[in-house]
Amino acid sequence: MESGQLSTRHLLGIQDLTVSDIQLIFRTADGFKDVLNRPIKKVPSLRDVTIANLFFENSTRTKLSFELAEKRLSADVINFSAGSSSVAKGETLLDTVNNVLSMKVDMIVLRHPIQGAAIYLSRKINANVINAGDGTHEHPTQALLDAYSIREKYGDVKGKKIVIVGDVKHSRVALSNIICLKKLGAQVKVCGPPTLIQKHIQTLGVKVEYNLDKALEWCDIANVLRIQLERQDIKYIPSLREYAIYYGINKQRLARLDHEITIMHPGPINRGVELNSDVADSEHSIILNQVENGVAIRMAVLYLLAGTK
Amino acid sequence: MPRGKVILNELEFGITIQRLCHQLIEEYDQFDNACIIGIQDRGSILSDRLIGQLRDLVSGDIEYGKLDISFYRDDFRRRDTVIAPSPTHMDFIVEGKRVILIDDVLYTGRSVHAAMSALQQFGRPKSIELLVFVDRRFNRHFPIQSDYTGLSVDAIDQAYVKVEWKEIDGKDQIKFFAHKVKT
Repeated sequence: MESGQLSTRHLLGIQDLTVSDIQLIFRTADGFKDVLNRPIKKVPSLRDVTIANLFFENSTRTKLSFELAEKRLSADVINFSAGSSSVAKGETLLDTVNNVLSMKVDMIVLRHPIQGAAIYLSRKINANVINAGDGTHEHPTQALLDAYSIREKYGDVKGKKIVIVGDVKHSRVALSNIICLKKLGAQVKVCGPPTLIQKHIQTLGVKVEYNLDKALEWCDIANVLRIQLERQDIKYIPSLREYAIYYGINKQRLARLDHEITIMHPGPINRGVELNSDVADSEHSIILNQVENGVAIRMAVLYLLAGTK
Repeated sequence: MPRGKVILNELEFGITIQRLCHQLIEEYDQFDNACIIGIQDRGSILSDRLIGQLRDLVSGDIEYGKLDISFYRDDFRRRDTVIAPSPTHMDFIVEGKRVILIDDVLYTGRSVHAAMSALQQFGRPKSIELLVFVDRRFNRHFPIQSDYTGLSVDAIDQAYVKVEWKEIDGKDQIKFFAHKVKT
């Protein structure tokens, strides 16, 4: 029996994970992927664990994916959305969470619009905290499932060339992906309009390419991001139409390449903007595999953290 | 580090595996409607050996799987470390079949209990029998007994019995330690 232990009690960001942590999560997810393909997709591991999903920001697939992962592990689950809660009445984050914890909750899955919310919480409470996205900071489970999907398709992440296309500036997915892929030995470029790429992003060990065709020619995999209009307080691009012309990926663009590339997207897709339907639904796309792998990865993270004393 | 006492040497080790194979053939003949399932990860080393010899002795094919029980263990969150899972290889269901479950050491019975829970995910077997290499008879936590036993060992709770395999430990033998050692 191989014992596995994460080096951390919380999953706050990819930054805190070691390479062996990431490999352990992948190996554990392999086991859960196998469980998810059985007629009975449930295991009893977390039957005495209660998990609260605290979502202070909208989410569809992350919330569903976490909830399904928790239920597949037999955990008791409570859900909370900021819109329908006392947050609207002025309660602080810590007060809300302490109230939830007094109901004997063991783990917190937190999505919050402010960067560092999960880190703050982990310092104040005893329960395990999992960051399900904090502002423009990190979204670790998304990065893990993206890297896991690459590993599944190519056997290994090491040495692969990955370009992250789109609104890198406002994307927690981009930041977590860059850190995760670099840790696993991939080469990473970012591509997008200069206004949507942070200055000094090269310090993370990535290269910047403003020309999408050149970036696609270079890469094995393109991870395409959504334009996050809700996080943009000023206009960063002249129009969505112009963005689609310069940075939208369509079939014609892929046909011009001298090799086939794999298309990924964390969702939700703005069809016709960053990705055309003829690409999103093509055989090059592993978008739905990402969603499927998301449940296995989240089961692995919950399992490994819950087992940590 | 304590060296441990060899309680079954290489020659006896081989003979014991051979004997277990023949005992199974006596009961299951051509293994029609039967399957062999090794418990990951050390039980499946024994089942690999058994299936290798059985396939030479039996004319038909024998259904064979390996079952990981990590997610079904009842000591989750009660141990210092989490047990990382091994792969499950089960490309058949056990519905209506006679299952022979295989593990290296039967001690508290908790692993076998977990294996039976895990097995339920693959259907309702007609029956389950248990084959173990070593049966430590006096330390059971559950009412679970083996149907085929390589070697019975009576020892106090602090003692530790380890089945060593050529492919992992360099030599086929069973060792007895007065106290559990970290390996």
